Amino acid sequence: MKFEHFFRSTVGIGLTAVLLLALPFIAALGGQAWVRILDFAILYVFLALGLNIVVGLAGLLDLGYIAFYAVGAYTWALLASPHFGLHWPIWAILPLGAGLACFAGVVLGSPTLKLRGDYLAIVTLGFGEIVRIFMNNLNAPVNITNGPQGITLIDPVSFGAFKFSGTTQIFGFALSGPQKYYFLLVALAILVIIINIRLQNSRIGRAWQAIREDEIAAKAIGINTRNLKLLAFAMGASFGGVAGGIFSAMQGFVSPESFSLIESIMILAMVVLGGMGHIPGVILGAVLLTVLPEVLRYGVGPVQMAIFGKMLVDPESLRMLIFGLALVLVMRFKPAGLWPSPERKRELTEAKP
Amino acid sequence: MDIFLQQIINGLVQGSIYALVALGYTMVYGIMGLINFAHGEVVMIGTLVTITVAGTLIKAGMPVALAGLAGIMAAVLVCMALGWALERVAYRPLRNAPRLTPLITAIGMSIVLQNVAMIVWGRNYLTFPSLLPKVNFEWAGAHFTAIQLIIVLVSAATMGGLLLLVYRTKLGMAMRATAQNPAVASLMGVNINRVIAAAFVIGSALGAVAGVMVGTYYEIAHYQMGFMLGLKAFTAAVLGGIGNLAGAMLGGILLGIIEALGAGYIGDLTGGFLGSHYQDIFAFVVLIVVLMFKPSGLFGEKTGDRA
Repeated sequence: MKFEHFFRSTVGIGLTAVLLLALPFIAALGGQAWVRILDFAILYVFLALGLNIVVGLAGLLDLGYIAFYAVGAYTWALLASPHFGLHWPIWAILPLGAGLACFAGVVLGSPTLKLRGDYLAIVTLGFGEIVRIFMNNLNAPVNITNGPQGITLIDPVSFGAFKFSGTTQIFGFALSGPQKYYFLLVALAILVIIINIRLQNSRIGRAWQAIREDEIAAKAIGINTRNLKLLAFAMGASFGGVAGGIFSAMQGFVSPESFSLIESIMILAMVVLGGMGHIPGVILGAVLLTVLPEVLRYGVGPVQMAIFGKMLVDPESLRMLIFGLALVLVMRFKPAGLWPSPERKRELTEAKP
Repeated sequence: MDIFLQQIINGLVQGSIYALVALGYTMVYGIMGLINFAHGEVVMIGTLVTITVAGTLIKAGMPVALAGLAGIMAAVLVCMALGWALERVAYRPLRNAPRLTPLITAIGMSIVLQNVAMIVWGRNYLTFPSLLPKVNFEWAGAHFTAIQLIIVLVSAATMGGLLLLVYRTKLGMAMRATAQNPAVASLMGVNINRVIAAAFVIGSALGAVAGVMVGTYYEIAHYQMGFMLGLKAFTAAVLGGIGNLAGAMLGGILLGIIEALGAGYIGDLTGGFLGSHYQDIFAFVVLIVVLMFKPSGLFGEKTGDRA
């Protein structure tokens, strides 16, 4: 049976639901650190699916995606922390963060619509760097972002009296903070997956794919390429903004360091490595690339000790080395990604004209 | 006026380094349409190899000039080998893959090279041995050092050599043919694999020279230094019109000068609101503005649809 069919069957959905429910408790057996890793995996699923709209569906190579995440994160951090003494509710900040990120997406998108492929990539990359540099330096003469020290003591997500930080008792279960965030994130991720699926098969989604395949042809059949490209940017950006807000609340701390270029690149790697434009593939890519470095973090040191009896190589660099090699090897043997969409696989295996 | 001239000189020096690195990006891009993200790392390896070789030889009592020369030779050879290996191992198998695939591979290789460098040379900043005497010159109120002068001269000579190679030799002709149309070039008897490998090797050799220059100029090196340098150089290549050799050179020098002037004047221009730590912004702001009006860079030809 094909995977896709499995996930559409009742049994498949049931099993997935049970697994999703059980995961944070299984992870908790290894300590809360693993639950946090799980949280990040889901957060990255969310981000990668947002970027998938821009890169996978519309075919616009965006290397500055993290900037929108940063806008969302700083919106939350500034409006819900002692830094300015503001403590706005989630209902106000999250839409505002998404809106600001969306606006940033349009600001970036509108002057760059003429650009193709790699030129667009470098401009988005530059935009991401500009946003980061401003966040790093906007602490003088007026202290807005608190510079490289970042903003601390950010409010957690809360609905009324229900706070997502700390442990609460529900139906006799003790739920830790990270576990609660896990369920929030899973709910959000499911929402974004549904939006992605609906978009993909909609008029807009098909228009995006037409632009991706051949922009001139798309224009010729009457697609408004300018507006649709802007829409892709704006939509991807607002997902980034929401993810940023949750990130900032979950961490309780933001600093410009979290929004460096390498983060943008990692999210892009998740999309491409998993299988660009294919939702299950992107999810797989995001989970793998979040969990793999962490597994390596815990695995590399002890394995070295066991084999050689001493630390030959600094585990931190060895772990990144293996990670880099994994990227290279996956792309070498699965050029279309680990789990590409059936159409894409067919295109690649068929003889080139 | 003094500051103006001074910043132009500083920018010229920095710009010629950018230009040399940008050439590595642009050659590879021009021929195969690939952003070789690992190129900055090749430059970094060049610097670190020079430190090790020249440093060891100086310690062993060899005259500084000779040791420096040996260091540079070693760096160039190591980087050429590295460039060749990169192409052979990472990019050649992906020649017909979707176009984002080699980009991810390049990022993977960049991570690998950085961490190999960290394992070999450690995490700390390394001091670059001083290979040139510290002599100062003064001209019209602006100061410059012998090192700065030599950097500009050497990079001009290297770029001249590259232009001769590309426009006056058979290999160069093969490169230009491949850049225009690989399939047709191969029908005309051009060995595409050799040409692409040559582009990587030559680009890496230029990168090694640039790496030595960065080392002598800043007298310090680090395993992460390649990243920002590569980014700026790539920006320079795009600014000039990627795939275009003259564009990369002019783009690099322009970027260096804009950055230097920007850092020198931003405080005055904004009434002290923005300080010189915004220096890195200029590269990108200028890039975005230029691309708004000239979507394929200052000197780039109109490219076909690659998206």
